[in-house]
Amino acid sequence: MNKVKHNPLNILAVHAILVIYTVIALFPVVVIILNSFKTRKAIFREPLALPNADSFSLAGYETVLKQGDYFGYFQNSMIVTVVSLFFILLFGAMAAFALSEYRFKGNTLMGLYLAIGIMIPIRLGTVSILQIMVASGLVNTLTALILVYTASGLPLAIFILSEFMRQVSADLKDAGRIDGLSEYRIFFFLVLPLVRPALATVAVFNMIPIWNDLWFPLILASGEETKTLTLGSQVFIGQFVTDWNAVLSGLSMAILPVMLLYIIFSKQLIRGITSGAVK
Amino acid sequence: MIIKTLVSALLTTSVLGSFAAAQEVTLTIESWRNDDLTIWQDKLIPAFEAANPGIKVVFAPTAPAQYNSALNAKLEGGTAGDLITCRPFDGSLTLYDAGNLVDLKDLDAMDNFGDVARSGWSTDDGAATFCVPMASVIHGFIYNKEAFEEVGVEVPATVDDFFAVLDAFKADGNYIPLSMGTADQWEAATMGYANIGPNYWKGEEGRNALIAGTTKLTDPEWVAPFAQLARWGQYLGDGYEAQSYPDSQNLFTLGRAAIYPAGSWELSGFNAQADFDMGAFYPPVPNAGDECYISDHVDIAMGLNAASPNAAQAKVFLEWVGSEEFANLYANSLPGFFSLSNFDVKMEDPLAQEIVDWRKGCKSSIRPFHQILSRGTPGLATEYWQTSVNAIRSVQTPEEAAGQLQDALASWYEPQQ
Amino acid sequence: MEKRKTRWHIVVFLAPAVLVYSALMIFPLFGTLQLSFFDKIDQQQVFVGLDNFRTLFFNARWFDSFWNALKNNTWFFVVHMLVQNPVGVMLAAILSSKVVWFSAFFRTAFFIPTILSFVIVGFAWKLILSPIWGIAPDLLDLVGLKSLFLPYLGLEGTALTTLALISVWQFVGIPMMLIYASLLSIPEEVLEAAECDGITGFAAFWKIKLPLIWPSIGIISILTFVGNFNSFDLIYTTQGGLAGPNYSTDVLGSLLYRTFFGFQTQIGDINMGATLSVVMFGIILAGVSFYLFAIQSRMRRYQF
Repeated sequence: MNKVKHNPLNILAVHAILVIYTVIALFPVVVIILNSFKTRKAIFREPLALPNADSFSLAGYETVLKQGDYFGYFQNSMIVTVVSLFFILLFGAMAAFALSEYRFKGNTLMGLYLAIGIMIPIRLGTVSILQIMVASGLVNTLTALILVYTASGLPLAIFILSEFMRQVSADLKDAGRIDGLSEYRIFFFLVLPLVRPALATVAVFNMIPIWNDLWFPLILASGEETKTLTLGSQVFIGQFVTDWNAVLSGLSMAILPVMLLYIIFSKQLIRGITSGAVK
Repeated sequence: MIIKTLVSALLTTSVLGSFAAAQEVTLTIESWRNDDLTIWQDKLIPAFEAANPGIKVVFAPTAPAQYNSALNAKLEGGTAGDLITCRPFDGSLTLYDAGNLVDLKDLDAMDNFGDVARSGWSTDDGAATFCVPMASVIHGFIYNKEAFEEVGVEVPATVDDFFAVLDAFKADGNYIPLSMGTADQWEAATMGYANIGPNYWKGEEGRNALIAGTTKLTDPEWVAPFAQLARWGQYLGDGYEAQSYPDSQNLFTLGRAAIYPAGSWELSGFNAQADFDMGAFYPPVPNAGDECYISDHVDIAMGLNAASPNAAQAKVFLEWVGSEEFANLYANSLPGFFSLSNFDVKMEDPLAQEIVDWRKGCKSSIRPFHQILSRGTPGLATEYWQTSVNAIRSVQTPEEAAGQLQDALASWYEPQQ
Repeated sequence: MEKRKTRWHIVVFLAPAVLVYSALMIFPLFGTLQLSFFDKIDQQQVFVGLDNFRTLFFNARWFDSFWNALKNNTWFFVVHMLVQNPVGVMLAAILSSKVVWFSAFFRTAFFIPTILSFVIVGFAWKLILSPIWGIAPDLLDLVGLKSLFLPYLGLEGTALTTLALISVWQFVGIPMMLIYASLLSIPEEVLEAAECDGITGFAAFWKIKLPLIWPSIGIISILTFVGNFNSFDLIYTTQGGLAGPNYSTDVLGSLLYRTFFGFQTQIGDINMGATLSVVMFGIILAGVSFYLFAIQSRMRRYQF
């Protein structure tokens, strides 16, 4: 593997770049979390100082936790995100496979049709969507959110996945067909494992806007039982809010779960990327 | 079409359903006042529920930036709450015209409000009033008493005094003279232009002349406030161009600024956060002995969603919102939001009482552009955010700023063409 | 009937996606877009043909706003193309090289800004760049560059570029991940063959890897284009609905949002909003079609 000698200076330079960029990437997050544990005066006097015995305060967290059932909100966010992702990946990969694998009349047109969704913000369709949900009795259910996010995540998923699926070797699939595998088996057992890196990428891309969305939870599921974490914590981020303890704590509480989630997922993701790639 | 039918079918069934189970009804309030959540939960709603068993009330606020858009979507989709918190003038008038709000003129509680209070939520001819007025807010200046003593200055009575005070603070160097920024824009307009302006255009007199088309925005009385704002720029903190509204509030309550151009709604927050004595003064007049005018803006009210299945119970709640009990509770829970009712509301907060007493010595006026003049595009109430900021930053001369407003208005408003 | 039988599996593969997508995206969106041909007169939507488009393009006020937003949006996009994508490719290239220690840690760290919500990003950067609480001024002071500090977000000359860079900071993880995935899928044999020919390090990246990841760079560019011409959240949360100062940070998305949903005392104009979104849709469709027909079809793909 390491037949080639690497210049130690290069290695050092590379790591210097990485460390510098890590600081740039994490600094703002650290500032928020750090200050959420300080008293209001300390936040403004020394925003960069670590909380010490004098300036340590949990007042913000107390205010935030009083406001609602954060564990319940977290659960709702999890359900919505995970279930939507599952459908986006399943339906998206199936459609992407159809588009990239088969030549049929209207293939390009279908591709374009499915790409329209990434060109218009879905928010513009809010009123119709709400009417559909009212008509089907889905208002204030997590199902409503899952359906909307699945629909809005599909175009991007199909767009990315079909690009990756075009790179899958044709010989492999033909070999499968000669062995008598059905098209479904070829898709699920040959192609899907090969595009795992792309699936992981699409999952991460879609997870972010779903988790962070404020608009559709507000419109479709603002009831106490169906509130998502982002909606639950937005109470503190209005125009007239000066209680920065509460704001920073609310923000931290919204950051931490999604960060943990990503760190957990990222291991799977990378395993998926690497194992899928070496073929 | 199918959806419309389905929706109405669904609504009908839910109406029937609610009559069948007329035992306990839950009313939902739509509001942009997310800051008031705890006050509603802990004080106002328990008071109502105790007196009205069988009606539960839920206060469900949305962040101010999303309130209008979210409310409109919910109204169209038929999922909005029973009670709608009303913004003044055209914001709510449009809802009434579209059939989303109900005429409430026959509520008994409406008799507790005068014409001025009702004007914010009535049709132009006054035939219908569709929201029960809750509160008005008054503009002026809040100051740090200790800082004033330290530097040895008095509350200013005239504009010249005002700038003398600012100069004293600038020379002293320990305090930022004026705590305001232009990043969020609206403070420059409401706490700047609308705050100091009525002294120049003589309050309602000037405002009505503008609506009638007998004065222009380029006339001296409408340019003068911009000219004063242009002088403010040098007394604001470093980098005020990127200073946000919460920045300004925190600068003042942390004792780093001397004067805060204010709306009275700041009081409850400031009381909780500032650890020094505060005072307040109304906008200084141009010349000693001039009559003073204050901006006393009708700000918030509550109406009934026309599609509410619980209209009867909602009306009970609205009667209560118009009652003396509510007037006292609300004004004292939220010092700085002044009751619009005819009741004699006593406030425990001395500063709030002081501010509301300005009404006795000065003439009240609502913000200049909210009635009628923002009905077209571009609306003045949005346009003057930008011009007020530009005046402060000296990006536009006062005359240019006024000219832009006049052009904007004349582009769609017939009496000004 | 002379053709072969219907290939039902294609229908099965496509059906779920097409159904959900059509019902909850296409149908609602076109319900809105058709409003661009209507106007609200006396509470009724009346068909007015192309009047709204005429207003948008020939009414000086509307056209000025539109043109201003389009110019700003283009600059916003250019900054992303010049900064976000090269930085993303560079980080991915470094991370995928075998000499890097703790690459999993770095990869995770670089992606964290991307998972944050706009509210958090906007708030954090406003706090850092605030002239009052002074994290940025203090830091610049440390390196003796305090004189460089300006209220960046409050000045016409710097606000838009600052916002674009904040957005780059937030989203650089996306090109990084996509490129990383495609770099990893380059077969070992290809690189080993190159090594035998003495092509390593930088040269290997330029001559072997870069040509192989062009398709991914293509996807990234088009995703950046679509994302930028739809974006509004960051600007809305940091600069407010009026995209100040003096509309210098107004992009098409923020103009659309303000028009469609209204703003404070300004009441939303659904018809003009729909008109704007049709025009935006046209712009984005033109860009995507250009990519699909002119670039993607000519790009050489390597199958492994």
